[in-house]
Amino acid sequence: MASIWEYANPKKFIATTDKLLPWVSALAVVALVSGLIWGFFFTPEDYKQGSTVKIIYLHVPAALMAINAWMMMLVASLVWIVRRHHVSALAARAAAPIGATMTVIALVTGAIWGQPMWGTWWEWDPRLTSFLILFLFYLGYMALWAAIENDDTAADLTSILCLVGSVFALLSRYAVNFWNQGLHQGASLSLDKEEHVNDVYYYPLLVCIAGFILLFVALVFLRTQTEIRARRTRALLARERLGQ
Amino acid sequence: MMPELGKYEIEVLSSYAVSIVIIVALVAISILRSRKARALLDDVEKRSGRNG
Repeated sequence: MASIWEYANPKKFIATTDKLLPWVSALAVVALVSGLIWGFFFTPEDYKQGSTVKIIYLHVPAALMAINAWMMMLVASLVWIVRRHHVSALAARAAAPIGATMTVIALVTGAIWGQPMWGTWWEWDPRLTSFLILFLFYLGYMALWAAIENDDTAADLTSILCLVGSVFALLSRYAVNFWNQGLHQGASLSLDKEEHVNDVYYYPLLVCIAGFILLFVALVFLRTQTEIRARRTRALLARERLGQ
Repeated sequence: MMPELGKYEIEVLSSYAVSIVIIVALVAISILRSRKARALLDDVEKRSGRNG
């Protein structure tokens, strides 16, 4: 049986993801388009929230991916720290802009929903605040990668930053459970069927979440390939300069 | 075809518009960067192949 560490070889990673990318991308488009159409056009208004309930098909999957992207970066960073596989460090770097984008979508759609429902665009509520801090960690992580010329040093330092930021990623997820205060309601999804949203909203929401996950995977494949090629280009250019 | 969104029409439509624009921009930037990186690497590899 093939070991997962085979994919730490950049050539093997590119060859495998080249084959998977069209399928994952196609599935992402199908799930996103069908989930959003189902949610937007074919679900009823909520008796309390009115039509703003339709915003959950964007807000919940984006918030979920904002946290999960950081968790994926954490795993990739730990692999870099322990095993020194360049592909894992580059995959973490590739995932950061996607996670940051998901955080922006979650914050913006949350604010747009919050204005009519809570009467305010923003509140220093535990979940909202920890989400904003997570966004700042994303910006810091990307800035650190961009600021350091040596790839290995950048990977080391960003991995440490990723470990620290994981506290806020976890807080963003569990803030509503830790602190029984603030405006943000409990999770829309739960393993306990009694706790999550009504089935009429739940099933299209699951399709949208699947779409966001597949979109994330496709973009991580594509952007990691880009990072691998850019690293190889930098290495070749450095060799050229030494040869001159 | 358009569902009745009532008094929250602006909020719902703006949420979808902003999110879709951001996602499309992210995908477009990722594809453009990928093409650029691939072309640049091909170019540098050809050059270093010629120079031994």
